[in-house]
Amino acid sequence: MHIKVKLFATFRNGRFKEAGQERQEGTNCRKIILELGLTEEEIGIILVNGRHASLDHLLQDGDTLSLFPLVGGG
Amino acid sequence: MDKILRVNMTDLTTKLETVPAEWAGLGGRGLTSTIVAAEVPADCHALGPNNKLVFAPGLLTGTAAANSGRLSAGAKSPLTGGIKESNAGGTAAQMLARLGIKALIIEGLPKEDKWYSLHVNMDGVTIQEETELLGKGNFAVIEALEARLGKKTGILTIGPAGELKMTAANISVKDPDSKIRSHGRGGLGAVMGSKKIKFITIDDTGAPKVQIADPEKFKTAARTFAKALLDHPVSGEGLPTYGTNVLVNILNEAGGLPTRNFTTGQFEAHDKISGETMHDTIVARGGKPKHGCHAGCIIQCSQVYHDKDGKYVTSGFEYETIWGLGADCCIDNLDDIAKADNIMDDIGIDSIETAVMFGVAMEAGILQWGDSKEMLRLLTEEIGKGTALGRILGGGAGSVGRTYGVTRVPVVKNQGIPAYDPRSVKGIGITYATSTMGADHTSGYTIATNILNVGGHVDPLKKDGQVELSRNLQIATAAVDSTGMCIFIAFPALDIPECLPALIDMINARYGIALTGDDVTNLGKHILKVERQFNIEAGLTNKHDRLPEFFKTEPVAPHNAVWDFTDEEIDEFWNF
Ligand code: SF4
Repeated sequence: MHIKVKLFATFRNGRFKEAGQERQEGTNCRKIILELGLTEEEIGIILVNGRHASLDHLLQDGDTLSLFPLVGGG
Repeated sequence: MDKILRVNMTDLTTKLETVPAEWAGLGGRGLTSTIVAAEVPADCHALGPNNKLVFAPGLLTGTAAANSGRLSAGAKSPLTGGIKESNAGGTAAQMLARLGIKALIIEGLPKEDKWYSLHVNMDGVTIQEETELLGKGNFAVIEALEARLGKKTGILTIGPAGELKMTAANISVKDPDSKIRSHGRGGLGAVMGSKKIKFITIDDTGAPKVQIADPEKFKTAARTFAKALLDHPVSGEGLPTYGTNVLVNILNEAGGLPTRNFTTGQFEAHDKISGETMHDTIVARGGKPKHGCHAGCIIQCSQVYHDKDGKYVTSGFEYETIWGLGADCCIDNLDDIAKADNIMDDIGIDSIETAVMFGVAMEAGILQWGDSKEMLRLLTEEIGKGTALGRILGGGAGSVGRTYGVTRVPVVKNQGIPAYDPRSVKGIGITYATSTMGADHTSGYTIATNILNVGGHVDPLKKDGQVELSRNLQIATAAVDSTGMCIFIAFPALDIPECLPALIDMINARYGIALTGDDVTNLGKHILKVERQFNIEAGLTNKHDRLPEFFKTEPVAPHNAVWDFTDEEIDEFWNF
């Protein structure tokens, strides 16, 4: 399946902003996060197609996964 | 001894009063709202003789407590017609606290057509006639007053917008770099203008240190508190690195970034105005990515933004301003948005109200979507000069909507809705609807839990749990706004168990009292109820705790969300 991964804030350093990836069916968010060299603790927000998702969320063909460190403002 | 300074602009007299016992335990918002509710007739005209403008530093302001240097300003708001408290950084709060001034109350209206200034020092407060600086922008006022009275002078000032009593006018506070922070929302600049006070200067020469009842206990608590602020990833790292503007990309991804006057939830050019882009631009041009709005801020969410030639353009360049002029007006030029921010500081007009207003003005056809040059011209030539059009624009989003027959006008209680679409981030919609302040994200910042996963997570697209979330945050915020603390301490306070007890310990050590967590919650509840009662007497009832109709009927992309709370569900908010 094909997914899109988008990274934000410090996660972009030494990585990328946006990349298309080919993955096996049944890949979850955690697997992608770990493969990016990120740890679970560093993750602030996981969005799949603009909705909050958990580390165990199973991705589907055509999904967009957006990852943010713990940041905030207001 | 703490004191109250009272200025009567009708007979041009001033008084020094002792602090009544019932005000002794209050500061900041708790005190300004209590005074306004007690002394201002709720049905008075906000720009008439019976309104009062009150300034109060927080309970911890002037101490070594981190992030405690914010000043509250309160009055009846000419924008909402209800009670208003707006707090800001800058140097004034700490100077007033050191001078032992619990509150400065300004009442009455001058009989003659003359302008005045106030000067506060160890001896109290005096009134002088002012002629030289009338009509001047805030930057020129600060420069002239520093030349007149010295670099260290604390300054509160209004620009042309305040002099002309525009309902979006703010009150500017000098910051440690002689630049500007603002009591932005609710038109308090117009109230100061109605009293014909161009500026207030503060000299704290000879002021003693703020007294601490139990210095040892205070020190320990202050250390724990500061550690919590630095340990939390949001206040310790996120905010100092990217400022508040990191939210552009987050809200865009989550589909809650109001775009093109709230017609869609994502902005195509989000990357051009994002916090990431802004950070890189600031660093490349030699600006400062982190910066504090007052001495003692250890979070430092502010920044200094330079132009291409490395020259200062603006500081305190906030997400809400960038969102409003950016996504909501479809402007993708961050340099022009920064220029607008600077002009708004100078003419003294709220950058949130004005940004929301421009979205409505574009819909009205006053200028084209994305036309940043015309926006800059309207700011300087029309609002800044007080032309007829400028006064309509300077009245805020509601004013432009009414004048031009626009039906999509994002306001609650006539105050512009900021930066987070209430259809796709439902908790903040409850805050907008129910806040005593009119649409105000800071009064119960559910974005923390709806979007940022701070203090747990409540799904932003569902109704479940939103009323309770907003209620708890509004109660806590009312209490925090009374301490002089910046609201961003809420991020660690929601996640780190030692943070809030340390804050309460600091208050107890400062005053030699024994407040508990429940006392603080009760204080927050009490403040909200006092404010609500004022609003009801002013004619703002639960019927005004509503979002504009279009949020119910126009689904917002990408989630096709609508505002689907019933009136009864919203009214549940006040059941406490
Ligand atoms: S975190 Fe930002 S708003 Fe808060 S006190 Fe510091 S600079 Fe001011």
